[in-house]
Amino acid sequence: MKTPISTEDSFVRSAGKQLAVYALIAVAALVVLMYALHFAAGLTITGAGGVVGAVDVENNEITIYLREEPPQMNSMLATDTVSGMVLGHVMEGLLRYDDNDQIVPAMAERWEINGTRATFWIRDTARWSNGDPVTAQDFEFAWKTALDPATGSQYSFILYPIKNAEAVNTGQMPVDSLAVRALDARTLEVELEQPTAYFDKLVSFATYLPVQEKSFSAANGRYGADADEMLYNGPFVMTSWVHGASMRMEKNPYYWDAERIRLDAINAAYITSDSNTLLNLYKDGRIVSVDLTAEMLEGAMQQRWQLDRFMDGGVFFIDFNHRAERITSNLNLRKALLLAQDGNELVDRVIKLPGYLPAKSLFPVWLQGVEKTFREEYPAPEAPYNVQLAREYLEKAKQELGLTEIPPLVLLSDVSPVATISGQYYQEVFKRNLGLDIIIDAQIFRQRLAKMDSGDFDLVLNGWGPDYNDPLTFADLFASWNLNNRGKYNNPALDALVRTAQTSTDTKTRMDAFGAIQRILHEDAAFIGNYERGRVYATHPQLKGLLRRVFGAESDYTGAYIDASN
Amino acid sequence: MVTVRRRDAAPEPPWVHGVSPAVPPAQISVIEAVFREILRNNTMWQYTLKRLIQGITTVWFIATATFLAMHNVPGDPLSAERGTSEAIRANLAARYGLDKPLAEQYFIYLGNFVKGDFGISFTQQNRQVNDIIREHFPVSATLGVLAVIFAALGGVLWGALTALYRNRLPDTIIMFMVILGISVPSFVFAALGQLTLVNLNALFGISLLPVAGWGTVSHMLLPALVLGMGTMAYLTRLMRSSMLEIIHSDYVRTAKAKGLPAARIFSRHQLRNAILPVITVLGPAIAAITTGGFVVELVFAIPGLGRYFVQAVQQLDYTVIMGTTVFYGAFLVFMVIVVDLLYGWIDPRVRLQ
Repeated sequence: MKTPISTEDSFVRSAGKQLAVYALIAVAALVVLMYALHFAAGLTITGAGGVVGAVDVENNEITIYLREEPPQMNSMLATDTVSGMVLGHVMEGLLRYDDNDQIVPAMAERWEINGTRATFWIRDTARWSNGDPVTAQDFEFAWKTALDPATGSQYSFILYPIKNAEAVNTGQMPVDSLAVRALDARTLEVELEQPTAYFDKLVSFATYLPVQEKSFSAANGRYGADADEMLYNGPFVMTSWVHGASMRMEKNPYYWDAERIRLDAINAAYITSDSNTLLNLYKDGRIVSVDLTAEMLEGAMQQRWQLDRFMDGGVFFIDFNHRAERITSNLNLRKALLLAQDGNELVDRVIKLPGYLPAKSLFPVWLQGVEKTFREEYPAPEAPYNVQLAREYLEKAKQELGLTEIPPLVLLSDVSPVATISGQYYQEVFKRNLGLDIIIDAQIFRQRLAKMDSGDFDLVLNGWGPDYNDPLTFADLFASWNLNNRGKYNNPALDALVRTAQTSTDTKTRMDAFGAIQRILHEDAAFIGNYERGRVYATHPQLKGLLRRVFGAESDYTGAYIDASN
Repeated sequence: MVTVRRRDAAPEPPWVHGVSPAVPPAQISVIEAVFREILRNNTMWQYTLKRLIQGITTVWFIATATFLAMHNVPGDPLSAERGTSEAIRANLAARYGLDKPLAEQYFIYLGNFVKGDFGISFTQQNRQVNDIIREHFPVSATLGVLAVIFAALGGVLWGALTALYRNRLPDTIIMFMVILGISVPSFVFAALGQLTLVNLNALFGISLLPVAGWGTVSHMLLPALVLGMGTMAYLTRLMRSSMLEIIHSDYVRTAKAKGLPAARIFSRHQLRNAILPVITVLGPAIAAITTGGFVVELVFAIPGLGRYFVQAVQQLDYTVIMGTTVFYGAFLVFMVIVVDLLYGWIDPRVRLQ
């Protein structure tokens, strides 16, 4: 039976139909627009793009991500880890680190370091990506340019063991007085300021990479700004770089050791630091490897992903403000703080990330000593968690300082998640055990640096990543002349030991010096160790040979290959 | 000017500057009409000139305020994790002109700014700020325009639907979604959208859409939808209230009384007039969406200008901060002026004031 309907209902019905028609038209128009855009985009957008899988067996390619956009590919200016990672794939220095972090020949087929003279013989198969030979002059040019005050390189200090380098860099001597000479196209002679036992490890650093003068001048101030604005001499060449979006590296046919390289291309198709996005990309099969945070671990275990961990080399610690006007210059106060906290508790119960270790020493566990690891030969001094003793030290400190109460201490911190929870842990533990008030001052990168430089803190959450594989990269951190000694720790005994380690060429003497430095820093309670940073990462089951490590390219895909059988 | 407000009228959007939606029908091309109007009418000329001068003053004010704020933030743009010696710092300061007195820096910078030169980035030491804007703004703009297209189409259709079925089930459901869309921030939508897509891809075993990245149209769909979500919800509400106002108007009643077909009344008399206020907020919406997408850009790994803008602030990259802020500021001001001029043509009452 038909029920009578009101005019309003019939209006709504036919208007609704009309609306549905419009909706269909809108959707159709959108689809047409998308196709038009797709067609137009296909004609204009170059470089990577398209949707490819993490592992492309057919073309022997893989897809990775970059955490940040490298500021530039100019090795003389590079400071950050992402630039270091890319440079490690597309460039090669005189020497390089092998899979076991040992120095092996690279552009130089052999080398000699005798006292203050180092000589490198460059192999005749060393080629730039345009076929030009890599010459000794290319190294001379790069090192002189990096030290030229006009270049303003922030890592120029790493060249300072070369004779006159510091004077050149500070403008006291002309650039040509730098004691680096290309004797001929294939022989590079370097005079050192003083005997430098670890110079072979230094020359594998990014600032020591070669630059061809011709291509540098041709780039006209834009050297390294784009993929085609430079030459490459490493295992791969960068064939495209869409800023902020992607980078493509293809196998370099001119590379002298091309047999070592098994991948044909590496696509860095995503540039983002958002860890959830990266996890989603990995889940979706778009990237070959991803670093995991603590919250992601459980899910990863359930998925039975292939997980690995490694130490990335960074050591994190609380630095004290040792300036005389600060109460933290009082030894007993520092000792009280040192004993009132527990590094194991921080790592196991607060940070809870696998791979992290409590930092018991400034010298991390992986450093090499004379025969075994440094820490096996020179064990870290024990600083057991002891609240009772800590309170006694605190009382002594109050007497020495003439204070009835210690005023609130300012803990300067950055804004990263791990720094935030670490800061909260110390705030809580110092309050509970010593009744001290800690004010957390969280600052973004440059503001934190500015406050550190001006000494506007009592305690600061600090960290240090090594530059080269020698304990000295950590040991000179507290030397009075070191610009990174922002707490202004000053101990002539330690300075003397650092000098010994810098100039001695005898391994045992040097390691003894580092052992003594470790002891002095502990006796002086110069810092409170927090943790040595570890990382957990998942890898695509078909990718083999990915190397995660401290030095060289990190992550290192140069030895990676696709195993399609999995 | 009197504005009649209905019970369920939408609140004023942040972009609309004291003008209420008006309802004259559009017959000729909008741009053509504006030019005709400008040429014919002397007051329109004056109005345009006045708005342009106001706009330039605003941009100058933005530039000055940014300059002063930036230089008063603690921190040194030349500092680095590895300590640099005084000599190197001095060299860098000289290269960027930071060794000069602040007042001199300000005038040099204003002079360069007039010439359209924003200088060289501090962090990307061999890239011009102009290059950064030129390469990355089109990406943000593409995403923004696409988002506004989604938002506008969705807003008009949903808004019309809810008005048609007011106080019935479709209305209730959609208006609930609208509240969600307005109150949930875009990064939540971004993360949820991405996660849903990953699960859908896994479920179907094929890649329906890419999870992140940039390069093809398929990369743009999800980010644009996510970015446009809030605006779509807002426009739905605007469209709904505008429709409700018109449903009860005299000319709709007249049309019904004349016995015109329902579909014709709906599309000619109701939809067409109700759409006008939506169109007028689109200009500022494009500007707001284009300049506000940096979270979505980060989540979807999109090389837009927003990311450079945020990174520059974190890195104290003076030249990039100045370049992007002034550029964004000028862009917003320009869009507002264009909309106001269009409004002057659409609504004669604005012109008369």
